[in-house]
Amino acid sequence: MSMIVSSIGQGLLWATLGVALFLTFRILDFPDMTVEGTFPLGAAVAVTAIAHGAGPLTASLLAFVAGAATGLVTGLLYTKGKVPILLAGILVMTACLSINLRIMGGSSNVSLLGKTTIFSNHFLQTLPKYFDSVLIGLVVITVITVLLIVFLQTNLGQAFIVTGDNREMARSIGINTDNMTMMGLMVSNGIIGLGGALIAQNNGYADVSMGIGIIVIALASIIIGEVVFGELTLNQRLVAVTLGSILYQFVRLLVLQLGFNTNDMNLLSALILAICLMLPQFSKALHLNHVLKKGVARYDEN
Amino acid sequence: MTKTNQPLLALNDIVTKVNGGTPNEVMILKHLNLTIYDGDFITVLGSNGAGKSTLFNTISGELPVASGQIKLREKDITHLSVEKRTAFLARVFQDPKMGTAPRMTVAENLLLASQRGKRRTLRLRHLKQHMAHFKQLTASMDNNGLSDRLNTATENLSGGQRQALSFLMATEQRPDLLLLDEHTAALDPKTSEQLMAQTNQRVTQEKLTCLMITHHLDDALKYGNRLIVLDQGQIKYDVRGAEKAALTKEKLLSFFDTIE
Repeated sequence: MSMIVSSIGQGLLWATLGVALFLTFRILDFPDMTVEGTFPLGAAVAVTAIAHGAGPLTASLLAFVAGAATGLVTGLLYTKGKVPILLAGILVMTACLSINLRIMGGSSNVSLLGKTTIFSNHFLQTLPKYFDSVLIGLVVITVITVLLIVFLQTNLGQAFIVTGDNREMARSIGINTDNMTMMGLMVSNGIIGLGGALIAQNNGYADVSMGIGIIVIALASIIIGEVVFGELTLNQRLVAVTLGSILYQFVRLLVLQLGFNTNDMNLLSALILAICLMLPQFSKALHLNHVLKKGVARYDEN
Repeated sequence: MTKTNQPLLALNDIVTKVNGGTPNEVMILKHLNLTIYDGDFITVLGSNGAGKSTLFNTISGELPVASGQIKLREKDITHLSVEKRTAFLARVFQDPKMGTAPRMTVAENLLLASQRGKRRTLRLRHLKQHMAHFKQLTASMDNNGLSDRLNTATENLSGGQRQALSFLMATEQRPDLLLLDEHTAALDPKTSEQLMAQTNQRVTQEKLTCLMITHHLDDALKYGNRLIVLDQGQIKYDVRGAEKAALTKEKLLSFFDTIE
């Protein structure tokens, strides 16, 4: 039981990454590699700030700002520097590796042992085990999702969406697509930084290598959400990312129960994502839709 | 043709180049001069490579000019950005895919375009408040079913519906200048003819100032009050008013023979 609660808590905390990646990968159509650097950056900033006596909320906010600044650099490289999308992200991600070590004072792992984190709250301590991460995760992801849903309904949010949907047309109606791209990258990487801060506080440490493979985890939650829930509106899709993230953690739990260890997780995450991405091809090849329809629909739809 | 019309846009001695500064440099517009007056409905003819699209891209700001000046009324806009020019300029492209956002609905597209050239703020968009107006607007482009599909993603529309929508989006907030870049060329003959008629009706009714590139001599003769022919980056022929009305296809064809 506590394993399931733990998975739900982890799913909610990691959902911040899925939602952030949804903004760039899905809405903006921008495969942003920066996130593998921003995530440990957020962790490093928060942990270092807390170690220097900052409050956990301030530290988490600093992590957001650091992430947003990183996103801005990627955005400038791409829009003003005309560096190809993937390369812009990889450059900034690589630079982050050094920066993160600098921030953590040269050590690759900094512990939060004995420090006050966002999870050290008295009320949270009275809850059963793992319920603290469920509650914090739920509050954070709800606030982020609601803010994003409202934002996407504003005129600025619509201009952001159309930039990803049809850049030419967006320009032709007077939208500065460069600014929209930079804004999206800043918000997305800001949320990733915040996610890094939360997960580091939850783990009790920051590690320079904690960013490895997180793009796949975040994408997996997006894709699992899409595969499981099918056709949805934009708002529903945002919520589906969180549910996908929780489902991903369940799959992870299952895999670990089967006897694999955590070192295998990157391989397994990649496998899960690859399978989900290939599902449409499988169903085409196996005529799954046709077979399924035959059972319930009339002779031929056309 | 009234003589009181004011110059709206003036292109003075415009030179544009591609691959400027490299050995592959090619001059496209060669010291081109064109003055567009308020209310002009100009059809633009010219063979491939004559510079028609370059002319449009120069006016819209997509292509920087190498030399020369562009003036909107008395204001120099030669170096104004693409986004800023959309405050007075609207454009319909040839490719139905280019003018609309595929994953957004018809109504969403219309709402986005209704703010052409304006600052986008954090104000809520209030899509529902606009639905009645959009229904009316799309119904004005009758008999293509667009008004029943306001909540359909535009990727699910036919090419004709998309171009009709693109045209509505370009004109719903009245532009000072409308650029139509062969906007009916990708459609089947019947749909194309229908959209042309609707275009003509709206442009003349609202007295829009409009440049329309076309490859159909018949359309170029039938519509508009002025006709220009581009060749090798210059305007080789420019007729208006009664003179244009008297122009025939034969005369036009024999003119084309002289420039080739």
